[in-house]
Amino acid sequence: MDRTLDRTITVKVNGREYERSVEPRLLLSDFLRHEIGLTGTHVGCEHGVCGACTVLLDNEAVRSCLLFAVQTNGREVATVEGLDAGPQQLHPIQHGFWEAHGLQCGFCTPGILMSLVPFLEQNPDPTEKEIRDLLSGNICRCTGYQKIVEAVQLGARLIQEKSS
Amino acid sequence: MKPAAFDYSAPRTLEEALDLLADYGGDAKLLAGGQSLVPTMNFRLAQPAALIDLNGIDELFFIREDESGLRCGAMTRQRSVERSALVQRATPLLHEAMPYIAHSQIRNRGTIGGSLAHADPAAELPALAVALDARMYVRSVTDARWVAARDFYVGLFATAMLPEEMLVEVAFPSLPPGSGWAFDEVARQHGNYAMCGAAAVVGLDAGGAVEKARLVFLSVGEGPVEAKRAAGLLVGERPTATAIRAAADAAATQDIDPVGDIHAGPAFRRHLSRAVAERVLSRAIEKAAGKAIEAGAH
Ligand SMILES: Cc1cc2nc3c(=O)[nH]c(=O)nc-3n(C[C@H](O)[C@H](O)[C@H](O)COP(=O)(O)OP(=O)(O)OC[C@H]3O[C@@H](n4cnc5c(N)ncnc54)[C@H](O)[C@@H]3O)c2cc1C
Ligand code: FES
Ligand code: FES
Repeated sequence: MDRTLDRTITVKVNGREYERSVEPRLLLSDFLRHEIGLTGTHVGCEHGVCGACTVLLDNEAVRSCLLFAVQTNGREVATVEGLDAGPQQLHPIQHGFWEAHGLQCGFCTPGILMSLVPFLEQNPDPTEKEIRDLLSGNICRCTGYQKIVEAVQLGARLIQEKSS
Repeated sequence: MKPAAFDYSAPRTLEEALDLLADYGGDAKLLAGGQSLVPTMNFRLAQPAALIDLNGIDELFFIREDESGLRCGAMTRQRSVERSALVQRATPLLHEAMPYIAHSQIRNRGTIGGSLAHADPAAELPALAVALDARMYVRSVTDARWVAARDFYVGLFATAMLPEEMLVEVAFPSLPPGSGWAFDEVARQHGNYAMCGAAAVVGLDAGGAVEKARLVFLSVGEGPVEAKRAAGLLVGERPTATAIRAAADAAATQDIDPVGDIHAGPAFRRHLSRAVAERVLSRAIEKAAGKAIEAGAH
């Protein structure tokens, strides 16, 4: 068998199942953007450093530029497109970023939001140090991070208000 | 497409993976967390003819304890090691040092075996393995052997493993009572590879003198560097601030021969090494002394 040939994979992205034939060398980031048209996942460095491409794989934040699409066969991926509950219904973390000006150009934002979803689930009331530790994996060229930290604090409060 | 084309296989058992590795005869790369391998493939610095994906081999994911200490399967994620209550209790030095490795999103995928096998001189885990006297269990289709961590690292990104061999598990022996440990490093930003780091493990005798000392650096040589002269100065001595400073000084001037890179020149690395060594030795000794006092009260 020629193992470089395309494989058929079935992967659930934001709750919807996709079946596609892919070359093993296709990165998950390129699969999301080019094969299924979800361009919300941004690609900055393609070597794991910038964090812009961060998505959830079975609810864990991972770099989509360091995974091959074939490796997600039978698994669940979540991207920024799946965060809001519909038009005008932003996720509380997105709301926090909007209100607190947690973004300027927005290039880094999807990766930061996707890193924050599991982080705030596990740690609903993080300290500033914990927030900065988490953000160390995401590079932002615009904001200087201060507003992002405030946005995360606001987002965390909004999640707690929503669930109480 | 960024990476060059490759054959892809995803075996479900260790034996299958070892068979594939033997069949490819050195042309294949094992894919663990991919957090070091895939970046080099995206840059096409690495263009392996084949990848053998270890992520579907359940038997390589485990953390357990036996009478000699802690054992981790090669595919255990760095994040699982970091979060394991068993690791925290059985090998606290490993637990304390895990957050220094990259960022949480990288540790979610990166594995303990991948980092140990990759043998990056700036990586934390190889230095910790040497400091903790870990042993690596290495397999091929025809052979199985245990290699002591200090014999495992043989040069820049180089280990004692042959091309058809694979790291299957790593064992960390428990530290004897009366031991103290510490890890520290200096990086420009949390999560970046460190410009210098060190792990120390110290044992004190009943009288409070140093019985055993091990100091291992990262990022100042071709692999983990054991500071043997520094350790030799401490053994048999009372661990006073002066003795610790003298040992740190010997470590920075005699035990290491750092080269410079864009982040730090050799002189700066020596400076950092002295400071980091003094810090980790002091902390390890304080911890050991605390325990020895407790033990003496019984
Ligand atoms: C942005 C970023 C920052 C990072 N910062 C740090 C840091 O500060 N400190 C640090 O230590 N690391 C850092 N890393 C690297 C990270 O820890 C990697 O996870 C680790 O170096 C390799 O582990 P892996 O499981 O991802 O292995 P892979 O990338 O899959 O493999 C690495 C190499 O080891 C080989 N290999 C893998 N498993 C085995 C095995 N069982 N037997 C034999 N060979 C095997 C592979 O063939 C490959 O050559 C960083 C990575 C990124 C992307
Ligand atoms: S594009 Fe993946 S981390 Fe930068
Ligand atoms: S908002 Fe522009 S990179 Fe972060």
